[in-house]
Amino acid sequence: MILRNLSGLKIAVALCCVLALTACSKKNTPNLEASNAGLGAGASSPGSEADFATNVGDRIYFVVDQADLTPEGEEILSKQAAWLQQYPGVSIQMEGHSDERGTREYNIALSARRATTAREFLIAQGVEASRISSIAYGKERPAALCDAEQCWTQNRRAVTVITGGARTS
Amino acid sequence: MPNSASLAPMRNFLVMLSFLVLALVPRTSHALEVDVSGGRINPLPIAITPFLVGGGAEEAGATLGEVISNNLGRSGYFDPLPQNSFIEQITDFNQEPRFADWRQIQAKALVTGQVYVDGGKIRVEFKLFDVNSQQQIAAQQFSTSPKNLRRIGHLASDVIYKALTGIDGYFDTQIVFVDETGPKDQRVKKLAVMDQDGFNVRTLTDGSELVVTPRFSPNSQEITYMSIGQGTPRVYLFNIVTRQKEIVGEFANMSFAPRYSPDGQRVIMSLLTTDGRNSNIYEMDLRSRQLRQLTNTPAINTGPSYAPDGSQITFESDRGGTQQIYVMGVDGSGQNRISFGDGRYSTPVWSPDGQYIAFTKQAGGRFAIGVMKPDGSGERILTEGYHNEGPTWAPNGRVLMFFRDTPGENGGPQLYSVDITGYNEQQVQTPGFGSDPAWSPRLN
Repeated sequence: MILRNLSGLKIAVALCCVLALTACSKKNTPNLEASNAGLGAGASSPGSEADFATNVGDRIYFVVDQADLTPEGEEILSKQAAWLQQYPGVSIQMEGHSDERGTREYNIALSARRATTAREFLIAQGVEASRISSIAYGKERPAALCDAEQCWTQNRRAVTVITGGARTS
Repeated sequence: MPNSASLAPMRNFLVMLSFLVLALVPRTSHALEVDVSGGRINPLPIAITPFLVGGGAEEAGATLGEVISNNLGRSGYFDPLPQNSFIEQITDFNQEPRFADWRQIQAKALVTGQVYVDGGKIRVEFKLFDVNSQQQIAAQQFSTSPKNLRRIGHLASDVIYKALTGIDGYFDTQIVFVDETGPKDQRVKKLAVMDQDGFNVRTLTDGSELVVTPRFSPNSQEITYMSIGQGTPRVYLFNIVTRQKEIVGEFANMSFAPRYSPDGQRVIMSLLTTDGRNSNIYEMDLRSRQLRQLTNTPAINTGPSYAPDGSQITFESDRGGTQQIYVMGVDGSGQNRISFGDGRYSTPVWSPDGQYIAFTKQAGGRFAIGVMKPDGSGERILTEGYHNEGPTWAPNGRVLMFFRDTPGENGGPQLYSVDITGYNEQQVQTPGFGSDPAWSPRLN
């Protein structure tokens, strides 16, 4: 069901952007954002932030009010772990986020749980714990701005932010 | 529009301000009173006459009239009559009003006043009359620095409100809130304080950190809040007068959702557990810096709020699967769930009179503000919609303020107030978007 929702979302977003509907921000699609950052998949230099965002994927998504990893989330985190092991000088911060359809304090706690779950998965995959800090943002920093489930889905996320040691592209 | 004014430290103000009660006539048996016991309230028609002015106090007179009229009107309990309907023009503060003229325009209460400058200070006098009984029922005189003029208006409003409702007023109070500017995905959030009517807004932080959930200390001098900036997000104290910021504890993990104890000696808050998965409620003694754990369940336990007598604490927890409201002893004993309706209940706040707990309720994809008794009975929804969150009580327990968010890229939160009956919903003006309001105690 989650998979179906997410793939449906991508189609909706792609259509929307082709039609250049202003109601749909380009931030609504992590895929586009990543390729914008990398200026073309594969073109970024290996070990750079752009390489990570484009070729690995810097974020995973969660089900409503859940902090458990989805199969897709585990897949992306596994790729992140492999990349981080390839570039052992890189340090990261795991940001936990929630959608805006909850109360502030609870969302802060929920997003902390999400950051922890994602961080622990990376550690279990062999990334040293000392390389990963984490922070909870609650609902304070949405990535997608519309008022529909398709946006909230993208705001329930954990984002891996490189804080040091990446190569400059 | 709110105007910026330099911060007047409360203590200095109280020294400068002298209350001189001229006369307080006891109420007669058929006293004029607004009945606020029922549901919808019939607002009491009140005539607030233009303050008589002397010695360069013209502007002050107009301001006082506006402050009082606005306060009483917004309370929902009064209907300030338009001045162009007045038959009698008051020209002498000491002269007996012509009550028949005021009865004829249906006024039940009448306010007269005068203001003049006296040796660099401003002196304000006013009288409140019951039109039908032709009795003076309250009168006061204030003397203060001209910069405190609006506060005099609020104090006078409190006197009138109390004389006519029998309930303590809430006008001489402040609101701490989060001032929000900028696009939704890069919102700049600043701590801000203003008078309860939206005037005298002062921002306290520069926006470099994300600040949330500010709460006043009992003496209104300090604020506790959570800041998400560099490093681990934590709970801080902020002194409004000195603008000094102080961390509540160098905990290894995130601290959040703080609130002062009624005596101001302790802060209660949530700490993220060492494993990073759960949150429990702790109380810190601000003098000894001793930390005491009050909840210990593998859940999100947060949003703690003390009962006004300090004997109990209400909080929210998802230990049973979804967010629900609980009550426990101040030592963490006897943790009992009190919310059992459909949906999720969160952000509980105990009323100043101890009789109710206000909350946010999520059901059917909508967010409501409601109240229930501390035993969970008598649930009432006061307002409901796309997103209403985070109630706070006026110190007299009659009015709640909360924030309402609007959807979409250009949406944002605004502050609203509502009467405890659920009537008289009003927007509270802020310079930009505003969220997380918290009402101060009475300042006088």
